[in-house]
Amino acid sequence: MSHDHSLNPEVMPQHPEKATLEGKNKFLGLWFFLGGETVLFASLFGTYLALKNSTAGGPTSQDLFGLELVFLMTMLLLTSSLTSVYAMYHMKNNDFKKMQLWLGITGLLGIGFLGCEIYEFYHYIHEYGFTFRSSAFGSAFYTLVGFHGGHVLFGLCWLSAIMIRNAKRGLNLYNAPKFNTFSLYWHFIDVVWVFIFTVVYLMGKVA
Amino acid sequence: MANNTKSSEFQRQQNKEEMKKQLITFATMIIFTIFAFLIVGSGMMSKMLAIPLLLVLALIQVAFQFYYFMHMKDKGHEMVSVMIYGGVWAAILTIAALNLVIWW
Repeated sequence: MSHDHSLNPEVMPQHPEKATLEGKNKFLGLWFFLGGETVLFASLFGTYLALKNSTAGGPTSQDLFGLELVFLMTMLLLTSSLTSVYAMYHMKNNDFKKMQLWLGITGLLGIGFLGCEIYEFYHYIHEYGFTFRSSAFGSAFYTLVGFHGGHVLFGLCWLSAIMIRNAKRGLNLYNAPKFNTFSLYWHFIDVVWVFIFTVVYLMGKVA
Repeated sequence: MANNTKSSEFQRQQNKEEMKKQLITFATMIIFTIFAFLIVGSGMMSKMLAIPLLLVLALIQVAFQFYYFMHMKDKGHEMVSVMIYGGVWAAILTIAALNLVIWW
């Protein structure tokens, strides 16, 4: 699209992500999607809350959860939320290289988070024999936390796709909305994680 | 950086101010998170006190995420608020209904 002058203006507008109609629509569309995601995760949280004490004689949440790893995962995801804010800051300053750099850091932190989660699940299965089929608690736990992990994985694929696809294009009004919608999605992943570490891990350790 | 001349100095200054607010938001969220983990890690609070406090800390943190990191505090987010609060309303009903079924 680099031949299209209207998408490569001499002076970038203050909000390149919302300067075109397509950009405005992408922005609203993503928020509409996030509203739906809220309900989706609510049904998984509701199921988990209803079934968390149905352990069928297997390991309970107090037996399983370790706060150190969860704290590390929380820090990784929270920091990746900030780095994507930095990426959007550089987007608004029309600095494509720095935006790509911060998006790259965001991706690395996301990979770190996902690595911790895989280790966590592996640990539960091999040390405690706690699987998806152990109990209703197991099914609800792996569905909720695994669904969030799946969202992180999807976000990482999405991020790599837009970073590689636009690497040689530079920033313009055509791809700025794409980076912005990814950033909003990534923040939402962190919002869901805040509830997971509070409701699943912290409340599971207290109760 | 030839690119930088494309956005005006005034805009850059504004973006910088905005970024400062974002950093304060991040610091606040980190403090809230550490506090939440301390409540549970130290075991200093009873269950009846700890759980509502943990939920309040989470809600404040999520509000920061929505209003600052996701810019819901900025102008032109009316439709966005309708969608997200619509989602939250349905979410509350869903959680309430699923738990009611179990308690009954």
